[in-house]
Formats: sequence, C-alpha cells, structure tokens
Amino acid sequence: MSKPRVKIPKSAAAGEIITIKTLITHKMESGQRKDKQGNPIPRMIINSFECTFNGERVFGCDMEPAISANPYLQFTARVPESGEFEFVWKDDEGSVFSTKKKIKVA
Amino acid sequence: AAIAGLPSIALGAEKAEMRVAEFLGGATASEGGLSLEMPEIAENGNTVPLTVRVDGEATADRYAESVLILADGNPEPGVATFHFTPLSGTQEASTRMRLAKTQNVIAVAKMNDGSFMRTDNLVKVTIGGCGG
Repeated sequence: MSKPRVKIPKSAAAGEIITIKTLITHKMESGQRKDKQGNPIPRMIINSFECTFNGERVFGCDMEPAISANPYLQFTARVPESGEFEFVWKDDEGSVFSTKKKIKVA
Repeated sequence: AAIAGLPSIALGAEKAEMRVAEFLGGATASEGGLSLEMPEIAENGNTVPLTVRVDGEATADRYAESVLILADGNPEPGVATFHFTPLSGTQEASTRMRLAKTQNVIAVAKMNDGSFMRTDNLVKVTIGGCGG
C-alpha cells in the first residue's frame, strides 16, 4: 500500500509563493532488474503526479523508471485565495493515490 | 543496432538524443535560462538529488509547459517531465533519481511560447544505482 505524505504551510498571504514537499512510499520497480532465476522483474512504477488548487492545475510530473524508490517531489505554488490542494499519484497497475490539504489566506 | 565494443554510454547518448529530437519536434534549443542543480559527485546512484530551474517566475504570459529530464548513461534515458503552470509561482522543482554510472544529465524546457532551452550536466557516480 502506498502512503502519500505532503507538507504545506497552513496559511499564506494572498499571492504568496509557497513550497510544497511530497513523498509517497512505492518500490518503483524499474523493469531493469532480474530475480534469482534470472527472469526479468516487470516494471511497476508511479508514472504520474498531479497537483491542483481549487480544481486548477498547479504542477504535474510524468515519472520514468529512473525516479528513485519512494518518489519525492518538491515544487512551489502561488496561493491566490483560501482553498484546497489535491495531490494525485497513479501507478502502472492503475492504482490511484490521493490526498488533500487546505490552506487559509489571511 | 549496437556495435560490439562500443561503450554502452554511446548507445545511451544516442537514445537520449532521439528523445530530445522528439521533444523538440524540429525546433532549436537555446542555452541559458535553464539550470540543473545536482551534486558533482554522487556517492549513491540509487538516490541522486536533482533540482531543475527555469529563470523567472511563472506567469500567465511566460511559463515552462514541460521540462524533460534525461540521463544518457542509464539503460533507458528517461527520468521525468515536469509541467509548470502560471499557478506554479516559481519554475523550480526537485526530485531524486537513479543513475547507473557517471553520465550526463540533460534538461530541455519547452516554454508556453514554443521556444526551447537546454542544459547538459555531468554527474560522477561512485556506486551505481540500477541494482542487478
């Protein structure tokens, strides 16, 4: 089971640029490794990440097998108003992991 | 086809340039305005920190739609593609990647006006990170 973790400030000034840190536990099996019998281990990675704010896209990332296990992403967002960030990760098996964080503009 | 005796980095570099050409779609990339921040020497190739930066804030008029990251000495050169928007604020993002050995990491940015920028950076890897 992949567990997403996100760190954002609780509040910001209107128009402020904040830093967002995300991490999700995932083995990120590259498809390049072989098992003890010498058979290739199939690729199984998180292949996409999306961050939206009040439904509008903030930042996205397409990932390939060279991304390290437990993929970490740090990026920024401009906060125009109070609202909710949503973070969505998808993997090769079609699993979707998501979490939400509210932010208040003082 | 691979030619026996050629170092595999040459093949990786060829694959990486094919990805770059596909991304550019016939356009030419300029230098400057785009940077990659990485350690000069990575002791552990399993997790090499990487920061991509396009100069200037992201605005509705100017932002990097896509930034392609490639590692030309890995079995497959693709690392990630970052997508910024006017809501991104900055055009800066970080992640961690696997590098099989010492190699060039390439970033190519596509701006919303259709222009491109490119930067190439050598990273020395002490212990490779593609295990097996």
